[in-house]
This record gives sequence, C-alpha cells and structure tokens, in this order.
Amino acid sequence: MATRRVRFTFEGDAVKEPVIYLVGHEFEVVTNIRMADVERDFGWVVLELDGDHDEIERALAWVEAKGVRIDPVAGDVVES
Amino acid sequence: MTYATCLACRECGREFPLEPLHVCDFCFGPLEVAYDHDGIQSKITRERIECGPRSIWRYIDLLPVDVDFIVDLNVGWTPLLKADRLAERLGMRELWIKNDTCNPSWSFKDRVVAVASSRARQLGFQTLACASTGNLANSVSAHAARAGMEAIVFIPHDLEAGKVLGSAVYNPTIVSVNGSYDDVNRLCSELADNRHWAFVNINVRPYYAEGSRTLAYEVAEQLGWRAPRQVVAPMASGSLFTKIHKGFQEFQRYGLIEESPVRMIGAQAEGCSPITTAWRNETTNIRPVKPDTIAKSLAIGNPADGYYALKTMKRTDGGSTAVTDPEVVEGIQMLAECEGVFAETAGGVTIAGLRQAIETGQVDPDETTVAFITGGGLKTADAVVEHVTQPIPVEGTLQSFEDAFAEEVGAPQAVGVGG
Repeated sequence: MATRRVRFTFEGDAVKEPVIYLVGHEFEVVTNIRMADVERDFGWVVLELDGDHDEIERALAWVEAKGVRIDPVAGDVVES
Repeated sequence: MTYATCLACRECGREFPLEPLHVCDFCFGPLEVAYDHDGIQSKITRERIECGPRSIWRYIDLLPVDVDFIVDLNVGWTPLLKADRLAERLGMRELWIKNDTCNPSWSFKDRVVAVASSRARQLGFQTLACASTGNLANSVSAHAARAGMEAIVFIPHDLEAGKVLGSAVYNPTIVSVNGSYDDVNRLCSELADNRHWAFVNINVRPYYAEGSRTLAYEVAEQLGWRAPRQVVAPMASGSLFTKIHKGFQEFQRYGLIEESPVRMIGAQAEGCSPITTAWRNETTNIRPVKPDTIAKSLAIGNPADGYYALKTMKRTDGGSTAVTDPEVVEGIQMLAECEGVFAETAGGVTIAGLRQAIETGQVDPDETTVAFITGGGLKTADAVVEHVTQPIPVEGTLQSFEDAFAEEVGAPQAVGVGG
C-alpha cells in the first residue's frame, strides 16, 4: 500500500466535474480531502490518496487527462 | 543550545517535534519552526550579536541549529551599500542595496542551505539533496563538500551544461531527469518520503526557510539598528519575501530595534508572476502558471508560500510588481552602471520592480528603502551578453587608437603637464 499527498487545481469546466468522487469509483483508491478552496471557475483541493502504488499512478494519470493540474502539496520543489 | 522548540502548522497550529517534517499530518498545511521567545528575550542583546562572527552565525540564538553542528562556509554579513547614484536615477532620497551576490556560492541560497545543512547534520543525515536548476544546487553541493556529506542533485534533462558546472565542481551525484519540471517535482517529493536524505527544500524545508530571516537581521544591524520603511524583494516561492518581514518583526519583538512598520513590496517577472497576478486580482487564490521568462531563478509557477506572501503584502500595506524581460535587462544594467554590482536576472527583476513600484505609487521615493539583490550576474550572463558595451577594435598604434576613440567617444581631452 502507498500514500500520496497531492494538490489538485481545477480551472474552467473542470471545476464542475465530480473528479474526486469518480476517482474513488473508477480506481481502487481511497481519497481523503484535507483542505480546499473552490470558486466559480477555479479551485484547489489538497488530499491524500491511499492504495496500491500503481493504482494511484493510474488514478493520477486519469485525473490529469481530465484537465486537472496535479502538484505535490509542498508546491514546486525545483528551485533555481 | 537552540531556542527552537517544535514545528508548528501555519494553518491549524498543531505542534510536531523538531524532525524532518514539512507538512502537517492533520491538515497538510506547511510547518514552521517555533521558538522559546522568552528564552531568546532573556539572552539576546545588540552587544551579544555584535560580538559574534561576521556571518549569519552571529544570529545563532535565533536559528534552529545547535552550535556544534554548524556547517560553516562563512555565509552572510554581505555588504549593505548606500546606492546614491541609483537613487538619483530613480528619483529616490535614500536607497540601499543588500548585496547577497557576495556569498560563497554567489547567491542568497547559501543562507538557507547553511541552516538546512546544519540542521540535517544535527538530525543525523549523511546526504543532502535538492532539485534545482542552478543556485540551490551550487549551494547544496558546496555545503555538502564542506561538511563531508554526500550530495545528490536532481536536474531537468535539458538544463544547459554551464548551469551544471557550478555544482559539478564540488563533485555531487547529479541525476538528470528525463521529463518536465513537473516530473522532477513529483519524483523528488516521492523520494523525500522514501529515502533517508535531507531534501533541503522538502523534508527539512521548515529549517531551510529560517535562513532567509538573517537577511532582515543584517539589514537592521547594518542600518544602525533600525528597520527600513520599505523593502523590495524578489519572489519565487514567496518564502524569502515572508521571512524577511518576519525577521524585522522579530528584531522589534526582542527590542533590538524600535517598532516601526516595514512596507513589503514583491517583484516578479511577467513571464512567471502568479503572486503579483493574484495581488492585482485581489484574491489569495494563486493560479499556477507555466514560467516563460529569462529570470529563471524566479521561475516557480506554483509558489508554495505565495499565499503567505500575499498576506504579508496586505498586512504591511505593501504591493507587488511584474516586469517584462527587457525591463529585467534594464534593471541589471542600471544596477551595474550606477553602483558597480552585477546581479543575475532576479536582481534585474528587483531593480525594475522597484522602478515600477515608484511609478505606481507603491514605493514612496522619500522613504528609506532596501532592495535585495540575491544572486551574482555571472550565473545568468547570457541574459545581458547582447546588451552590454562592445570593445572598440584598434590597431596597436597611437594613431589608430585616437581615430577609433574619437569616433566612439568623442575627441580626447589633452592632458596638460606642468604649470
């Protein structure tokens, strides 16, 4: 089992889709939201994903294909 | 003995031990070092600081490191220059330049890495790691070498060879990741959870970030124990910006300087300005961007501390600027021509941002202002190479020189001898 802590950023129509709900249905992954701020056309959600490592990777690839940006909770770590 | 007591969540306030942790287990908010303020207050004085070494370690009472574990490259205590010629060019009364190009690896990153590497040593790590395109990797590699630690540096595969040299000379392990910057971000975040390495800006980030406060301490001390009225500082993740303000606040709290407000003004490049965009849109929701600017050292599209930088601006009646790439080059040139300081592109952003802040009324030209120059110009020489003075070609004869010189500069002045 593995755990990933990530931040989803939604823009435009992606805000309206129940992406996190669908992750729990389409993949063997448990989602656990810890912080969020969602406006009309923009929002972000910080959450934890529990499951098999490869299953989490598949779920994240699926989420990204939906137009959702995925980042580590710590933000960008590549610095100059 | 350090006065650091624990790590505290900046969001929910929960406390954690002083370990390699960076995110609150409960709300996933960022962790920050907390201190025994009464203990510090009972000990710290101007005289005690003035007796310390001419480096960041003169402020060790305020840092999360025990003296026995210091990795010392003599970082900090960099010059604070009164920039009269630049002030005149910008129409200002009193401008100071904090010249952090003078650090051992020529950038302010030495401050944060000095603290992170020292704390990492105290925590028992043998390996320092980072993901970097330049300054951070240089500093991590140098500090690891100094401490006799291993260094592992992750770089994007398409990074120019010249950028790698400043790290490679210290003989770290360099891992070139075939993928986008986002892929490097994700890989390193996972590795920080799985390996017993001190990733300086991930799992030991709370300690790392504390090093930036020394910039404010030094400025206050070098100004004769007072805070400036206004500060202009570059923003990448936003951490430096918030910690500079925190540093001034702490000096006021401990009675080392008088209480006076410091207005904080941030500077970004237009090609990567998520914090300034949020400021202008009057929101604290920062929309990540894909960086596209010559100011690579500020090219963080998803700034971890952007929200806190915005709060700092608001609390201090500050502001935020964004400048174009040509303005960045102008900023570098103005600083070099007026004050003899060659800054990297981030310095160009700061100076151009200062000019914009004056034009937009965010900076009062009559108030004492400090601009932070965070890295040396040779690191980004390619940004200005086509914009600088070109040599005047001459033959090796006096006539050739005088002809060419007169054409380029004007007729030479006769040099009189005797009375």
